[in-house]
Amino acid sequence: MGTLKFLIEKEFKQTLRNSIIPKLIVGYPIMVMLIFPWAINFEVKNIKVSVVDHNNSVYSQRLIQKVDASKYFIINNITSSYDEAMVDIEKTNADIILEIQPFFDKNIVKNKTADVMLSANSVDGTRGLLGNAYLSQILNDYSSELRSELAHTDMSPKHKMSAINIIPQYKFNENLDYKVFMIPALMVMMVTLICGILPALNIVSEKENGTIQQINVTPISKYQFILAKLIPYWIIGFIILSIAFVVVGLLYGIWPAGGFFPLYISSLVFIVGISGLGLIISNYSETLQQAMFLAFFFILIIILLSGLFTPIASMPKWAQIVAYSNPLSYFMEIMRMVYLKGSSYRGIANPLLFLTAFAVGFNTWAVLSYRKR
Amino acid sequence: MKQFRAFVIKEFYHIFRDRRTMLILLGMPITQILIFGFAINMEVTDIAVAVLNPNPDTYTNQIIERVNANDYFHVDYTIHSQNEIDELFKQNKIDLAIVFPNNFNEDLVHSGKADLQLISDTSDPNTGTIIVNYASGIIADYQKEINNISGNPPYQIVATTRMLYNPEMKSSYSFVPGVMGLILMVISTMMTSISIVREKERGTMEVLLASPLRLSQILIAKTIPYLSLSFINLLTILYLASFLLGVPIRGSLFLIIIISTLYIFLSLLLGLLISTIAKKQVEAIIMAGIGLTMPVMLLSGMLFPIDNMPFLLEKLTHIIPARWYIVIMKKLMIEGLDFTFIIKELSILLGMTGLILALSMLNSKKRLE
Repeated sequence: MGTLKFLIEKEFKQTLRNSIIPKLIVGYPIMVMLIFPWAINFEVKNIKVSVVDHNNSVYSQRLIQKVDASKYFIINNITSSYDEAMVDIEKTNADIILEIQPFFDKNIVKNKTADVMLSANSVDGTRGLLGNAYLSQILNDYSSELRSELAHTDMSPKHKMSAINIIPQYKFNENLDYKVFMIPALMVMMVTLICGILPALNIVSEKENGTIQQINVTPISKYQFILAKLIPYWIIGFIILSIAFVVVGLLYGIWPAGGFFPLYISSLVFIVGISGLGLIISNYSETLQQAMFLAFFFILIIILLSGLFTPIASMPKWAQIVAYSNPLSYFMEIMRMVYLKGSSYRGIANPLLFLTAFAVGFNTWAVLSYRKR
Repeated sequence: MKQFRAFVIKEFYHIFRDRRTMLILLGMPITQILIFGFAINMEVTDIAVAVLNPNPDTYTNQIIERVNANDYFHVDYTIHSQNEIDELFKQNKIDLAIVFPNNFNEDLVHSGKADLQLISDTSDPNTGTIIVNYASGIIADYQKEINNISGNPPYQIVATTRMLYNPEMKSSYSFVPGVMGLILMVISTMMTSISIVREKERGTMEVLLASPLRLSQILIAKTIPYLSLSFINLLTILYLASFLLGVPIRGSLFLIIIISTLYIFLSLLLGLLISTIAKKQVEAIIMAGIGLTMPVMLLSGMLFPIDNMPFLLEKLTHIIPARWYIVIMKKLMIEGLDFTFIIKELSILLGMTGLILALSMLNSKKRLE
């Protein structure tokens, strides 16, 4: 047991010798939680509209005003030339063109129907889709308004309509704030990068320095050796997450609805697992460069295929298989469940079990794959 | 000149000898394209529903049937109290709950109006609202059915829509430029910085400096193999994107390649800059790997649209070269625009290249004394 203590002390000293690491441990979570939550937003707003108005009537202007008043849209330009509006799109001054046909007003009053043309830049498909949907909504509202105004003068008989009134209720994250959904994702990403890459560099730097030979000739067992290497990273991961939890709570007022205890337990299991993975990579690499790229390669894949940014349910079958064999997917699920929904142990028991299996598996592999040569 | 060539060949040998890394470097773009092209998308499908139906009767049953018949929805739970709803959400077993009030059928028949509650899980706001939109659509169609309405109500403004550049709204169109920006930058920066710092650490840098080549020539010789590697990656990405994902290359291929090469060059110089700051390989890896990855992934516009970001953050993204590169690629590849539309972004990239070069040269003069 004494040997273990000395080994851990040695590891700490070695790790902290890299002056950048203490700065990383404290500075990185603060910086990440300070800056990125504002960026990671799939909401679609500030959509710039160029209006081509061939009609210039009270009716068309009213429509333009309605679009202007909407929180989703900003009117960039009102012109009478479609070509000019297209140039707006090409110069990225506009995202969508609303073209009001000539005789818009006459068509509404006399023919009870009128046309408009929406041309949306859909390079970003979601933005094009939602921009379209929001504009269509405004058109529908305007149509209803016109209907109640003008139908008084309409002579056709009214018939009785059955109306189903839908009352939507949004549960968890009622403010529809994307930050709340993505902040747990940021935490997972950050912990994965740091607790996955740093351990991967560890054994390999000893190999490169030659100090690994000295360890190999000592009677220290594989278990002690690996354990001593892992423990500092568990502590580092713990510190990083704690700083992140506090920053997020103080800055954004977001605290885990399910309390800190389930959060810490799952985080601990995850960190144990992911540092085990890092060590495995270290064991199989000869140079730092190899370890770095191997680690980076895997980490990039598991970050993307984990439900962090896009839902697992939307993935094709083959990707889902990867996602379900990925410890990040389970950790991500737990983090979101505890932070947003306040899920109790019953909710997280299943994913937590998987996480534990991964932790045990990876670390066993790390110990077994280390060879004293 | 012969000495320069010898150096370049030496650097190439360094890379070839490390088979594993080389495989990863060439394989990374392929896996990224596959993932981004096929696995990452925002569609909402597979919606699990719970129904609370106190008085099952014609109308309520028909509505439930309609919802279940839709490909995206499946009614998994029939519950009998509001309390069960919360627990089902918390265990991630449902995405939507449909709650009928007690007198739905009566109300609809006698007073022509009835309420219906849709409770959705909006942990992910977009998914939650899209689910409600889909369900509302199904119910609206049902409403038309029971009222025997077809066609449009009077005074309806009808919109014809055109999706420009990307009519099928494939997310891969906006992702591919992002993948290019990420992979080209990260690989070039990491490789260069690690390679140079490794020589410093091992002490072989002194040996190189003792050779008749100038420092600048040594450094350029170092970057050439990585330039070639990244160039191969660029061609791989373009090939896969175009033949596997069907992403169009509407603009000038020549321009695309030239500007990408400039971008690769910029990333290599960035690696050079990092190598002048880092004293150990580990530091270089942390700066280039951990330090660069998150900002480039999250702030470059490859995943999250820049239009959404608050003012200050949007200004911050201007520092990230990938951001400008991605804009240029989108305009060239997908919109098929010509040179005049990218002058602003191109000048910014050129400016950044010059700045990084100047900084590296300043720093390296100090360091190696």
